[in-house]
Amino acid sequence: MSRIEGVLKSLKEQGRKALIPYITAGDPHPDQTVELMHTLAAAGADIIELGVPFSDPMADGPVIQLACERALKHGTSLRQVIGMVREFRKTDTKTPVVLMGYLNPMVAMGYREFADAAAQAGVDGVLTVDLPPEEADEVAPLFAERDLDPIFLLAPTTTDDRIRAIAEHSSGYVYYVSIKGVTGSASIDVDEVARKVAHVHELTALPVGVGFGIRDAKTAAAVGKVSDGVIVGSVLVNTIAVHQTDPAALNQALTDLLHPMREALDNQVT
Amino acid sequence: MSVKLTEEMLKAFPDARGHFGDFGGRFVSETLMDSLMTLEKEYLRLKEDPDFQAAFDQDLADYVGRPSPLYFAERLTRETGGAQIWLKREDLNHTGAHKVNNTIGQALLAAFLGKKRIIAETGAGQHGVATATVCARLGLECHVFMGASDVKRQSLNVFRMKLLGATVHAVESGTKTLKDAMNDAMRDWVANVDDTFYIIGTVAGPHPYPLLVRDFQSVIGRETRRQCLEKTGKLPDALVACVGGGSNAIGMFYPFLSDESVELYGVEAGGLGIETGQHAAPLCAGRPGVLHGNRTYLMEDENGQIAGTHSVSAGLDYPGVGPEHSWLKDIGRANYVSVTDDEALAGFRTLTRVEGIMPALETSHAVAYAQKLAAGMDKDQIVVINISGRGDKDIHTVAELDGIEI
Repeated sequence: MSRIEGVLKSLKEQGRKALIPYITAGDPHPDQTVELMHTLAAAGADIIELGVPFSDPMADGPVIQLACERALKHGTSLRQVIGMVREFRKTDTKTPVVLMGYLNPMVAMGYREFADAAAQAGVDGVLTVDLPPEEADEVAPLFAERDLDPIFLLAPTTTDDRIRAIAEHSSGYVYYVSIKGVTGSASIDVDEVARKVAHVHELTALPVGVGFGIRDAKTAAAVGKVSDGVIVGSVLVNTIAVHQTDPAALNQALTDLLHPMREALDNQVT
Repeated sequence: MSVKLTEEMLKAFPDARGHFGDFGGRFVSETLMDSLMTLEKEYLRLKEDPDFQAAFDQDLADYVGRPSPLYFAERLTRETGGAQIWLKREDLNHTGAHKVNNTIGQALLAAFLGKKRIIAETGAGQHGVATATVCARLGLECHVFMGASDVKRQSLNVFRMKLLGATVHAVESGTKTLKDAMNDAMRDWVANVDDTFYIIGTVAGPHPYPLLVRDFQSVIGRETRRQCLEKTGKLPDALVACVGGGSNAIGMFYPFLSDESVELYGVEAGGLGIETGQHAAPLCAGRPGVLHGNRTYLMEDENGQIAGTHSVSAGLDYPGVGPEHSWLKDIGRANYVSVTDDEALAGFRTLTRVEGIMPALETSHAVAYAQKLAAGMDKDQIVVINISGRGDKDIHTVAELDGIEI
C-alpha cells in the first residue's frame, strides 16, 4: 500500500477528511521550502502537494504564477525540488508528498531519471496538470514500477466515460477541480461540487480530493463534508507572498490559516 | 534522412490522437479536454460537409479577395541573380496577411458550434486584427490577448483591433510577448469554456488546432501549385516561408509535401544571431518539449523552463513551433534555417525598393533567405516566397531603428 493510500485509508476509518495544502517549491526562497513543509505537516496537513515551478503555468491564476516567478528567480529546478523532498523525508517519513506541476521540466530531465530520483527521494505521487491519461503511456509504467501514484484531474466538464477512464489510470486519489477556471479565481458553488463529487464516487472507488477555490475554514468544512479531502493552494501561496521577507511571521501565518481548517474539517466527523 | 511522402501516407498525419510522429498531441488540463474533443469531432464532420466548405470558399473569394496573385518579381530576380523569384501575394488579402484565411475558417466553426464569444492571442497583431475583423462581420464578442511589450511595439494594430470593436487585453506576466498572450488566452478559455471559442492563430496548440489551422491555410499552397503550373508550366523548385508558429509556411508547404522535387525552406528568426542565444529559432537551435498543448521543438533552459526569445518581428517572437514542422524537420522533408534581424531588415528594404512591395518584418526573413538561396540556383529554376503579410504595421519599428521619429 502506498503512503498516500495508507493515510487516506486510515483517515476514512476514523471518519476524518484529508487536509492537503499546496505550496510552490522555492517560494519565497529554496532554502525555506523544507521548513515550510514541516510547518504544514505540524499544522495538520495529511498530504502535501509541492508545486514544481514552471515558467508558463497555464492552469494557474496570478497568485501561483507569481510564486513560480519568485521560485524561478532563485533558479529552483525540478532536481532541486526532489532534493527538498529528500531533505524533508529525513525527519518526516509519514506525510505523503505529491509533486504538482507541468510536464516540460519532467521532459527536460527525462522521464526515467525523474521517476528514479523522485521515488528514491520519497516522493509519493505526481500530478502533472498538462498530462491527460491519453498522453501518459510513456510515464505510466515508470511510475507504476516505482510505486509513484499518478494523480489526475477531473473537471466539471469531464464526461462520465472520461471519469471512468481517468480513474482507471489513477491511484492514490483523484483531484476534482471544483470550478471552471484557473487556480485561485472564482468562489466555488458547494452544492454543485457536492452533486458532482457524489457522482464521481458512484463511478470510482478512489478517494476524491477537491481543490481550486477553497479559501477558508468554512468552505473547507463544507467541501470536506462531501469529499475525501480538501486541497488548499492559492490562499497559502498568497500568505507566502505577503510574508516573503519574514520567515518567522510566515510560518506562524501558515499555521494560523491551516489550524482552523483542520479543526473545521475534524468537527465534521461523521 | 529524408522520407518520400505519398499522398496516402500524408492522410495518416496527424493520427487519431493528433500526433505527427513524436510531435503534437493534446497536453492540456482536464477542463479543456471535453471542448477539444468536441471541436475535433465537429471539425472532422464539417470538413466533409459541402455546405461548410462552400461557405468557407465563398468567404475566401468574396471577403478575403482570393485567389491571391502569384507574381513574378522581375527586378528582384535580376538584382539577386540566379533563380526566378516569384511572390505569393498573401499581403494582398483583406487585413493584409495570410492570418485571415484561418480566422474565417475558425469563425465559421464557432458559428456552426453556436459559440458567441471569441478569444484569440496575438503577437504582431495580425492575427488579432484578422480575428477582430471576422468578429465584426459576424457580430461576435471578441477578446484579444496580447503581450504588453507587443502592445507597445505594434500600437497601430492595437488601435485597429479597438476600432473593430475588440477588447485588447495587455498581458503583463512572464516575458510579455506572444507565449504569455497564449497562456492568458488559455486561462480565459478554461474559465469561459461553455460559451467561448478560442481562435488560435497558428499551427501550434493542442489537437485539433494544428490540423484545422493547416487545413484552412492550405489554400495558399493549393493556389500556388495551380498558378505556378499555369504560369510556368512546371512546379517550383523551392518554396520559402517564414516560421514563427508556422501557419503561413505549413499552408504553403502542405500541398507540396508529396512533390519530391520541391524543396521546402522554413525561415526562423535568428535575432541577433543563433550563437548569441538572442533569437526565436527553436527548430534550428532548440529541443523537443511540451508547451501550449503540444509536443514540439522549444527554446528552453536545461531545466525545461521556457526561454525568452528575441526577434525584431513580434510575429516570430515565439519559443515554440507547430508540431508538424517539428515532424517535417525530423523526417528531413523540410529544411529549417534562420536569418538575423539585420538580414531581415535588408530584405525588407530590398523588396520595398526594387518591387514596390513592402513586406511585414516576419515575411522579410523569408525574402532575405530566398535571395541567398536563389543566388546559388540556375536561371531556369523557380523560387516562390510566401509574402505572408504587408509591412505597414512595421513602419514605426523600421523608422525607430533608423533613428527617425514619425
